[in-house]
Parts: sequence; structure tokens; C-alpha cells
Amino acid sequence: MERYYQPEIECAPREEIVRMQNEKLVKQIRRVWDVVPYYRKKMQEKGVTPDDIKSIDDIHKLPFLSKADLREAYPYGLLAKPLKDCVRIQSTSGTTGKRVVAFYTQHDIDLWEECCARAIVAAGGTNEDVCQVSYGYGLFTGGPGLNGGSHKVGCLTVPTSSGNTERQIMFIMDLQATILCCTPSYAAYLGETMKEMGYGPDDIPLKAGIFGAEAWSEEMRRDIEKTLGIKAYDIYGLTEISGPGVSFECSEQHGMHINEDHFYAEIIDPDTGEVLPEGQQGELVFTCLDKEAFPMIRYRTRDICVLTREKCSCGRTHVRMRKPQGRTDDMLIIRGVNVFPSQIETVLLNQGYAPNYQIVVDRVNNTDTLEVLVEMTPEMFTDNLGDIADRQAKLGAGLLSMLGIKAKVSLVAPKSITRSEGKAVRVIDRRKI
Amino acid sequence: MSVKQISVFLENKPGMLNQLTAELAKSGVNMRALSLAETKDFGIARIIADDTLGAMNALKEAGFVASLTPVLAFEIPNEAGGLNKLLGIITDANVNVEYMYSCLSPRGNSEAVMIFRVANTQASESALQARGLWSLTQEEI
Repeated sequence: MERYYQPEIECAPREEIVRMQNEKLVKQIRRVWDVVPYYRKKMQEKGVTPDDIKSIDDIHKLPFLSKADLREAYPYGLLAKPLKDCVRIQSTSGTTGKRVVAFYTQHDIDLWEECCARAIVAAGGTNEDVCQVSYGYGLFTGGPGLNGGSHKVGCLTVPTSSGNTERQIMFIMDLQATILCCTPSYAAYLGETMKEMGYGPDDIPLKAGIFGAEAWSEEMRRDIEKTLGIKAYDIYGLTEISGPGVSFECSEQHGMHINEDHFYAEIIDPDTGEVLPEGQQGELVFTCLDKEAFPMIRYRTRDICVLTREKCSCGRTHVRMRKPQGRTDDMLIIRGVNVFPSQIETVLLNQGYAPNYQIVVDRVNNTDTLEVLVEMTPEMFTDNLGDIADRQAKLGAGLLSMLGIKAKVSLVAPKSITRSEGKAVRVIDRRKI
Repeated sequence: MSVKQISVFLENKPGMLNQLTAELAKSGVNMRALSLAETKDFGIARIIADDTLGAMNALKEAGFVASLTPVLAFEIPNEAGGLNKLLGIITDANVNVEYMYSCLSPRGNSEAVMIFRVANTQASESALQARGLWSLTQEEI
């Protein structure tokens, strides 16, 4: 028996959803035109005014927003509410070292947490459940989002945050946690560790997992489901739009329902910007219909995926998106964190290295590893092992503060980094997803 | 008189040292002394060569990162307490030894030569010479 957090919205007839979207979009566009000079300027450049936006069908007339806009407008340029009305920021690592900072009013936090609550209920969660949130808490949206959703559902929330696997397992067993929220790679790692400790799927109290923030395969899903004895649900989101819960899987495990009463999705041709018909693969674009503080309008996610409005047997009527098939740019997601090669390059250059580097991403024991190979140069080299080790440590610290995750720094022989046709191969991703 | 030591960066993987010696062999450089220092993922080869300039050129051309470091070379008697005497003098001068290795004396007298890097080259050298120890020059070694 399928259960819903907000059945009247999640299972609303299509025409009702469209009516809601029409109304919200018209209001939102008029508002951002009035209060955000950056949006108004972009619209003027495209020759659009709020009068041109009469329904959701007019959305294609609006200009796109990209990561470059976020950088340019950082930090307050896209803010659509006075700071006194904002209650929170969340942040992600961004290209060229500039983080994306997203603002939330209490209304925005509530709608985000409601979206997460829908995902938890879709995974079978009720107020009888013990929900362990092992996503990182802090600037990263994973922990706060699912934490809020879990509260809304009324689960007993266990905010373990990420790391300390032994303690995670202790809480799962001692408090009989039934729902686990974390990255899929961490779920797999927890599963392997518990297996080594002698816990079989029947000993583990978990029944469902909500896993997102990084790419994972169907094969990995089956593996996790088998070791932990659970049903594993995918969840999708991005800080710019709110965080996890932009879309989520239902019991059908066949595409993620987008919460389109809040986030309107389009698929476009990444080269021409043209909107593609349903079922065609292209770049995913989101418009925040009723977020207040940071309402992204036609934000290009660079995620490549497909949408379908086909009826889902779970009863939800919201559009589904397929798991993104890749990125339009070179971003890597490592342990749930966005990493751009350009960020690594920035750190190297800042510390006086030549940009001769290679990024090696691998998955060891189901946890992503990041290694940065740096070519030794005459400028760097001294006869003193300690000095070189110090420089290595300093580079490691610089990478940690830029990326937010730990990287192993390895010094390699000059000219040893593989070059194809004269160009260095920057990224080697050995993860089998 | 300090001696010029060649320090070479070596990535910690099979065949790196072999590549280094191959380059030196090809250019007819004879190593008088060699010492290896390593960390988990890289190492430094420290070499005293009969032809320092020739060795440096050959290594740089082959793509190695190498630099020259001044070190001291002192002959010590090849007998119990030989090294102890030398270290006692350096200790009295309150100088820190960074690293040290040895080779045979070029004079063919079966004495040993200690090659070492200290924090204060000049102070150690004068102290050792004042106590009658024999320091070797680049040419002698």
C-alpha cells in the first residue's frame, strides 16, 4: 500500500499541477523582475517582460541562468528577499574556488524539508521509524535536508552525520534504526563493514535507505539492498535549487518524481538551448516556482537526463526524471562533493606549482578516493626530505580547504604524467559505476 | 672545503634507480659514493661523482630533477671509534647532522671517508680541521 506525505499534491491531477505552475510562475517572474536587478537586466537583454509570461508555456521565453551567473552575482546578486527575512545559507564547492551560496527563508526551508519528507514517506517512512541521517551536516545540504524531512515525518531522527563508521553501526544496532540516509558509496561501505562484523541482512534492523548526492548504478543498488537487507531509494537534488529532495524515487524504483509544484523541469539541447520534447535526452533545467530567497529561474544543471510524464503505478502524478546520465562539463562527484579539476589547478598555481597534474579517482572498499599526482619540478626540489614533505602537506591542506574533501598528494617524476597527443590527461576515473 | 653532492628526485616505483644509473653509465660517470633516502612515495638519491658537471648535464637532459648540495667529506681511521671521534667534535661545536653516508678513501689506504651534511658547514669544518682530521676536496675525492 503506497503512502504519501502530501497526497493532494503528489497525486494531483495533471491539470491541477499545471494550474498551480501557471499561477506560481507568473507571480514569481513578476517578483524577481521587481526585486532582483540581475534578473531584470537578463530579461531586458532577451527582450522579455513579466507581461510576456502568462503561463508555464511561456517559460521558454525566459533567459537561462548558469553557474557563471552564480559566480558573477556572488554572493548577494540573485537574492530575492531582504537578508532580514533569510534564516539560513547552504553552500557547495564551486568552480574556480568560488562557492555557491544559497539563501533560504523559513518558507524555503519548510518547502525543502517537505520535499525530503515526501521522499522519506515514499521509502516507507512513518513516525514509528528511526531514521539515521549519515549525510554530512553543515554547509552541505545532505544532512540538514534529510534531517528536516525526517522531523516532518515524525521519525526519531539520529543525526550521526558522516564518518565514524563504528559509531554509525553502533547506533543502527542499538537504536534499531530502520531508515538510513547517506551517499550510496557510504551505504555500501557500511554494508561491507557490518558483514565483516558478522551481521547478516536479517540481523540488521534497517528496512530502507535513501541514497543520493553521487552517481550509482543499478548493480550497486542490488548489492547494497542485499548486504543491508533493505530497499534502496535514489534521491536527487542540488544546492542551487534547494538540496536533496528536488526529486525522489517511489516504490516502483523507476525514475525519480520531481516535486514540480515547486521545481519546474525542462530538458533542453545543451548546444542550442532549445526545449526538447518529452522523452528526449538533454540537459536538465530547473525553475523554482515558489522559493523566496534564492529562486533560480531556468537554471542549467548540466546534468544530462530524460523526463517522462507517463503515469506511474505508485499513484504519483509528478513528472519523473531518469537518473542523470552524466555531466555536460568536467565536474566530478567524489564522496558526494562536487570537485572541478579547475579548483585543483587553482590550488597548485597558488602554491607556485606548474599545472602539471593528474587527478586519479578510484573507489576502494566502496569509498571514493582522490589522489592528485603532481610532477616534481626543479623549483620545488630540495635535498631535504622534510622540506619536500612539508610542501606536500601544505598542498594537501590547500586542497582540503578548497575542495572540502581530503586528497592524497603524490609527487611523481617529471614528464611522467600521461599525455595523449601532447595534451595531459587530467582526470582518470577508475570507479566502476 | 666542501664537496658538491648531486641530489636527484626519484619517484618511488620500480626501475627509477636503474634509469638513473643507466644515464650515468652512458655518459661515463663513475659514482664515488651513493646514498638513498626515501619516504613512502618518493626518494632522493645522493651521489658524489667523479664528473659532477657531466653527471648533472646527463641527468637534466634525461629529464631528472637534480640539484647540487654542498656536503663535507672527511677521512676517518678505519678502526673502532673512528666515527665516534668525528661526531664528538661536531657535537662539541653544537652542530646538527642532517644525514651521513660513507665511501672508501680515494687514497687507497683502506681508510674510510664520511660524507655528511650539517646545519653549519663552515663551523664543523673548522672544528674538525682544528682537531687534525683530514678533509677531502672535490678533486681528491
